[in-house]
Amino acid sequence: MKPVAVIRGPAAPLLTPNMDTEVIVRVVRLMEFQKGELGHYLFEPLRYFEDGRENPAFVLNQHGFRHSTILLAGDNFGCGSSREGAVWALQDFGIQCVIAPSFADIFFANSLQNGLLPIVLDPIQIGEIALQSVAGAVPTSVDLRRGVVELPSGKTFGFSLRADSRERLLSGMEEIDETLCLELDIAAYQERIRQAEPWIFCRTDVQS
Amino acid sequence: MFEKIWSAHMVADLGDAGSLLHVDRHFLHDLVAGPALTTLAAKGRTVRNPELTFATADHGITSRTDRPFGLDAPALNLLATMRAETAKAGIRLFDLGDPSQGIAHVIGPELGLTLPGMTVVCGDSHTCTHGGLGALAFGIGTSEVVHVLATQTIRQRRPKTMLIRFDNLPRPQVTAKDLILHAIAHLGSRAGQGHAIEFGGSAVRAMSIEARLSLCNLSIEMGSKIGMISPDQITLDYVAGRPFAPTGIELQRARLKWEELATDAQAEFDRYCSFDASKIGPQVSWGTSPEDSINVDGLIPDPDLEPNAERRQRLVEALNYMALKPCTPLIGVPIDWAFIGSCANGRLEDLRAAADIARGRRVAPGVRAWVVPGSDQVRRSAEAEGLHKVFLEAGFDWRKPGCSLCFGSNNEKLLPGERSISTSNRNFIGRQGIGARTHLASPATTAASAIMGHIADARALPGSA
Repeated sequence: MKPVAVIRGPAAPLLTPNMDTEVIVRVVRLMEFQKGELGHYLFEPLRYFEDGRENPAFVLNQHGFRHSTILLAGDNFGCGSSREGAVWALQDFGIQCVIAPSFADIFFANSLQNGLLPIVLDPIQIGEIALQSVAGAVPTSVDLRRGVVELPSGKTFGFSLRADSRERLLSGMEEIDETLCLELDIAAYQERIRQAEPWIFCRTDVQS
Repeated sequence: MFEKIWSAHMVADLGDAGSLLHVDRHFLHDLVAGPALTTLAAKGRTVRNPELTFATADHGITSRTDRPFGLDAPALNLLATMRAETAKAGIRLFDLGDPSQGIAHVIGPELGLTLPGMTVVCGDSHTCTHGGLGALAFGIGTSEVVHVLATQTIRQRRPKTMLIRFDNLPRPQVTAKDLILHAIAHLGSRAGQGHAIEFGGSAVRAMSIEARLSLCNLSIEMGSKIGMISPDQITLDYVAGRPFAPTGIELQRARLKWEELATDAQAEFDRYCSFDASKIGPQVSWGTSPEDSINVDGLIPDPDLEPNAERRQRLVEALNYMALKPCTPLIGVPIDWAFIGSCANGRLEDLRAAADIARGRRVAPGVRAWVVPGSDQVRRSAEAEGLHKVFLEAGFDWRKPGCSLCFGSNNEKLLPGERSISTSNRNFIGRQGIGARTHLASPATTAASAIMGHIADARALPGSA
């Protein structure tokens, strides 16, 4: 995972609440394409007309937002399915940070797994970033080390993230490597349940 | 119950980072299995406990009766990788043609692979379904799937808890699906964020396991990745005799353990909600979120009455997308499709409820009506009861098990502008195909609408008692 520190760039406002993962990336695209190839399919139902032409009213098709690195979103962003492809599609497009009043639990976890920075801010603060972002050419910037979002005007909003999530994003370290260090605990746990609850290790060759 | 299962599965306390939980059952499906197992191999790791991991073909496959004909290229590709990688890892696969094949969240409980008190994960958000048996079950992303494959554990922060009670018995033709859609409409699609929901109350206690699985299935549509129901005698009776469930002395020991899991009378929750189930009517969604659900005989809401600007905008956009007008009735809206199936409502009792409506009637001209059993076991049981004949005689398609029209996979989808009534769980924009308009409902309401050719109330069907 690539470490995250400072992100600068246009912040695209897409403030509709309940933006679900099906809208972020359609499941059929995840069957056809792999991580790294999904940028074109981000927000497909909103970004393109049914004949494939770009919808000029959609924010990421507008001048100044085609190369956005920050997405300003609405409540409950990433609700719906657990597809990690939603995070990959955002990253493949170039989005490195999503700022929203709240995130769906699974999407939030998937973001942290991939180094997409999820920031929770008050809707009023997000509205203010959106206004400045739309008005000016100065980019918005996010500094994970200092825990601040810096608006084009220079004004800053602080944000917080759990210490372990923050450390992991800054270092780019993956959970799996840390957990593998706990192998002795896992083995001891399994030894215990093999005795106490042997039905968990059922036969796997049963025919129904 | 939640605390008991959580503590019992704690392998290590990770402090601020939460807990390292043991995973008792890990289900893989065709969309996740190949990519995750390939990623694991690329990291130089192997599957730690293949005997606790079970794979099934459900997401990308066709529901055509002559399959494997009709599988499209992406589905074939994913199936081929899943077959090769699960064989290499020694993971049991319920492939096409296997009598145990079906949707992961239907076959887990049905085969006795999911048991009360277990931790269950799967790379699919509807894993919360398994909570109906008193398991702690939740959906995870691909990276977490790889983590579970390598370590048989998952890192989780303990969520808050929320009790949702449904008391009193629901009226006729009001099912678990209607109760949960009503709760989502009332509490909103993010009410459960950061919470594990427990469902309780007299209506839940009276429910069959299949109904409880449907109820828990839609927890995620309320924002909660965990929904569960304390196990009771109905749970124990359901589990006994399932192919992978313990037998004999081991079953006796297991039952004692499971009885201890039941939620204590004095258990405390972070949040409480309660509904009078007898006051809830059959629900149908009108918009593009499950929270846009109303009584089938109600009127589509007026966005002008919504005080919050962003929410108002969302309602206007939802009405535009659905091509509906505020303050008009849902009953009578013409449909092109009716879909009965999915991990929400693809079980035997669901098919019975739909067949009761379809028996002796005909699907309206111009409506394509599909019944897709949730598993091959469900298909065989339904056929043994003659339900397939009821559906076929009424003009429904009787198909092979899988996810199918729930999300328009393998080209089983609606065309732009087409409208469906569906027993699935998501009515998101484009879910059943680009430009598709989805109305969520129970099996009975869906079957009644298929017969009438428009959204209809199963209680007011011509010729019904």
